[in-house]
Order: sequence, then structure tokens, then C-alpha cells
Amino acid sequence: MSGIGTGYDLSTNTFSPDGRVFQIEYCSKAVENSGSAVGVRCKDGIVLAVEKIILSRMMIDSSLRRCHIVDTHACLAVAGLSADGRVLVDRAREEASQYKSIYGSPIPGHVLAERIANFVHMYSLYWFVRPFGCSIMLSVYGEKENPQLYVIEPSGVVYRYNACALGKGRQAGRTELEKLEFDKLTCREAVKELAKVIVVNCREEGKDKQYDLEMIWVCDESNKKAQMVPKSIVTEAHEYAKRVAESDDEMDDDDE
Amino acid sequence: MELLQSTNHAVIPDWMSAEHSMGTSIMAVSFDGGVVMGADSRTTTGSYIANRVSDKITPITSQIYCCRSGSAADTQAISDYVRYYTDQHTIELNQEPRVKTVASLFRELCYANKANLMAGIICAGYDDIEGGQVYNITLGGSLVKQPFSIGGSGSTYIYGYCDSKFREGMSRDECMEFVTNSLALAMSRDGSSGGVIRLVVIEKSGVTRHFVPGNKLPTFWDQ
Repeated sequence: MSGIGTGYDLSTNTFSPDGRVFQIEYCSKAVENSGSAVGVRCKDGIVLAVEKIILSRMMIDSSLRRCHIVDTHACLAVAGLSADGRVLVDRAREEASQYKSIYGSPIPGHVLAERIANFVHMYSLYWFVRPFGCSIMLSVYGEKENPQLYVIEPSGVVYRYNACALGKGRQAGRTELEKLEFDKLTCREAVKELAKVIVVNCREEGKDKQYDLEMIWVCDESNKKAQMVPKSIVTEAHEYAKRVAESDDEMDDDDE
Repeated sequence: MELLQSTNHAVIPDWMSAEHSMGTSIMAVSFDGGVVMGADSRTTTGSYIANRVSDKITPITSQIYCCRSGSAADTQAISDYVRYYTDQHTIELNQEPRVKTVASLFRELCYANKANLMAGIICAGYDDIEGGQVYNITLGGSLVKQPFSIGGSGSTYIYGYCDSKFREGMSRDECMEFVTNSLALAMSRDGSSGGVIRLVVIEKSGVTRHFVPGNKLPTFWDQ
């Protein structure tokens, strides 16, 4: 790892001779090493799911939130340094509330996504601050809009997706998510699918670290209100995913 | 201003240097697919009619207009600011703004500066999301959406008439007749309103302007 950008990676405001800003690329490393986060845009809303790695058995498992509500019609999940994520959540909430106060309507998805992206990008311009070490999966489903899913990266780019995966299991996650039919999938079905993607595909083999599934959605079922997916639904999906994982393991055993 | 008055009292009477006010009768009615906006054309400084053919219906965007009453200077400044902010908002939004948004911007300015302004504005127009809409921004800076709205000093004389004549589901032409008759009555009773009736009809297909000259106004029992 050391020696990648020797000399040109000491500060955000330095370009390398081949046109790269290494500090920004190192930010992505922080995101890549975090617990998996996946999201999918369905026909009736958006679901985000996060693999929350629990560091201590003594920790109360409802803390260390990685999924946050931004406004009644918008929510997001953080991949990477969760403390950095909290700053972005506060900023997103401020943008959404100020927009509604001035313009009288809830903030549209693409406007909120671009505002967060511009904010993140600003921290890549100056030497006296460090960039954010987190990516944000933003979901917005306004009254007169289609459901939208955006990802904002530490460099400040923002893209709109049908589905996305961030963190450790992103390669496997993306491969699995590509198989889904987004225009036919409902959010209820997506909750199970995402649980399965995280538990079966994203989690590393043999990892015993205690983890929890945290899910957040905004969909027709929740009356277009952003909310944490009800615990019973998450537990049911988690159990389903664990069963699939075990049956996969059994199948592996049989092959041997 | 005051210097002129004291030294040249005989040459420039005080009513010529009073603030330009739009006594005014303004009105807007929504129908399915658009709005009809109407206004008189009298601007006064004191009792002198500074402009007898003024246009009090001002565009903010191609499909959102406002009727202005109160101080002419204040309402022109406010609508210029709103047009500026709306233009910038449109760039970020990347689509035509909603009438609600423009009305909200009027409210922000009118409420925040209420101590220094005298402006009664009716903001109306068409957008694809909610169709024709009429919003009234009062002197204090409150914002209220209404099926139809009347404003200005002349409106006080036609509240009863409008309440009795208005029906839900009127057609475009019925709305135009309603506005024309209401404003004609207001103009005949209010000394600060008069001149011609200007009408602006805003629909999805576009904006059309109509004009009723002073000698062709609808007449009533006493004319």
C-alpha cells in the first residue's frame, strides 16, 4: 500500500503527474473496507440495507446507526467512516429543510443528491480539511416523483442507480443485484433479496464476527414516508437469508 | 421631496409628489387546465392618475404571472427579485418551476420585509403537477391557496358579488366573464381603480392577453 503515490499523496490539493488526486483515492479505500451496504430501486420505492459489524458483544445493537432519515421522503445509508457520515447526514437534513422552507415543496431527489455531492466535493479542494471517508447511498421518493437511488462518493461524484453495492462485499453484491428485475420488484420482495445478498454473497466465508442487518426504506407500503424497515420484517428476511446460506453450505458439503 | 414642497409649493402640488400607489382592483380565478388573471389599469400618486393604462399583471416565468397591488415601487422590486430567484432555481431544478414554489418565494420576501413593504400580490399560473393554481400573498406576508382570489382597494366592494357568482368547475370563458364583470363593478365604485381591464389567460398551451377598453366595460343598472 505504501509507496503508491509517493510524494504526491500528502495533501488533497496536490495532483500527481498522471492527473490523480491520491488522497481522494485513499478515501475510497476507507469505503471499500467497511461493512457491506446494498440498495435497490424497486417499482414502488427504494430499500437500503447495511451489514452492521458489531464490535463488542456488550454494545446495544440499536446504536451505531448507519441508516438515517433525512426528510419525510428521503433517507440514506453510510458506507465507510460512520462519523464522517454523520456530518453528511446533518448537512443533507439542513439542505432538505431549508429547501422546503424557501420553496414550499419537499426537495427533489436530483437537487438533494447534487447538493450533498457539491458539499463532499468542496472538502477535496482545500489542504486544511480532509475529505470525507464515506460514500452515501441516498434514496428519495417524493410525492410527484419516481423512486430514485443515488450514490455520492468521496470525490464528490454522484450517480443515479437502479441498484448499488458498497463496502467489502461490493463485487459479489453487484453481481447478484444485476440479476434482479427492478421494474417488477416490490419493496417487500426487495427486503428479502437484499438480506440474502448481504448474508450469502457479501459476507466473507468463515467470518464469525457478530453482525446485524440494518434496513431502511421509503415506499408505497410506508405511505412514501422514510422509515426503518419494521423489525419483524427485517428479522423474517434475515432468517430467510440464513436458511439460504445454510442450504448453500450443505450443497457445498455434498459436492465434497 | 420635502424641499421642493416647501419652496415651490405653488408650482408642484403635494399630490404630484406622493408615493406611486396602485389603488387597484386585481383578481385571479383558476379553472381546470389554467387560470384567468385580471386587473384594472390605474396608478395614482395621491389623487393624480400617474398612469391610466398601466399593466399590473407581470410575468415571472412563461407560465406563472403575478397581479400587483399596493406600492408600485415595492411590488416591482419584489417581482424582479422573485423572477431572479426563480430563474436560478429553474437552472438547478432542470425543469419548469411549480406555481407553489414561486408563490413561496413571494411569501419569503414579503414576510421577511413586512415592516418596509406595502404589497398585496396574487401569484397564479399553470404547472404540469397541479394544473391551474391561484395563491394570494397578503400585506402581512401570509400565503394562502384559493380557487379564486381578489385584491387591491377595489376588491372590498366586490366580495359579496364574487362570493355569490363563483362556482366550482367554471369553464375558461365563464371565468373570463366572471373576472370582467367583477372588475368592472370594482372599478365603478373605487376611485383608485379604473381605466381598462387587462386579462391574462394562462393554460398549458400558452398565455393569451385580452383587453377590455374603458368605453366597452360591462355596464350595470346605473350606467
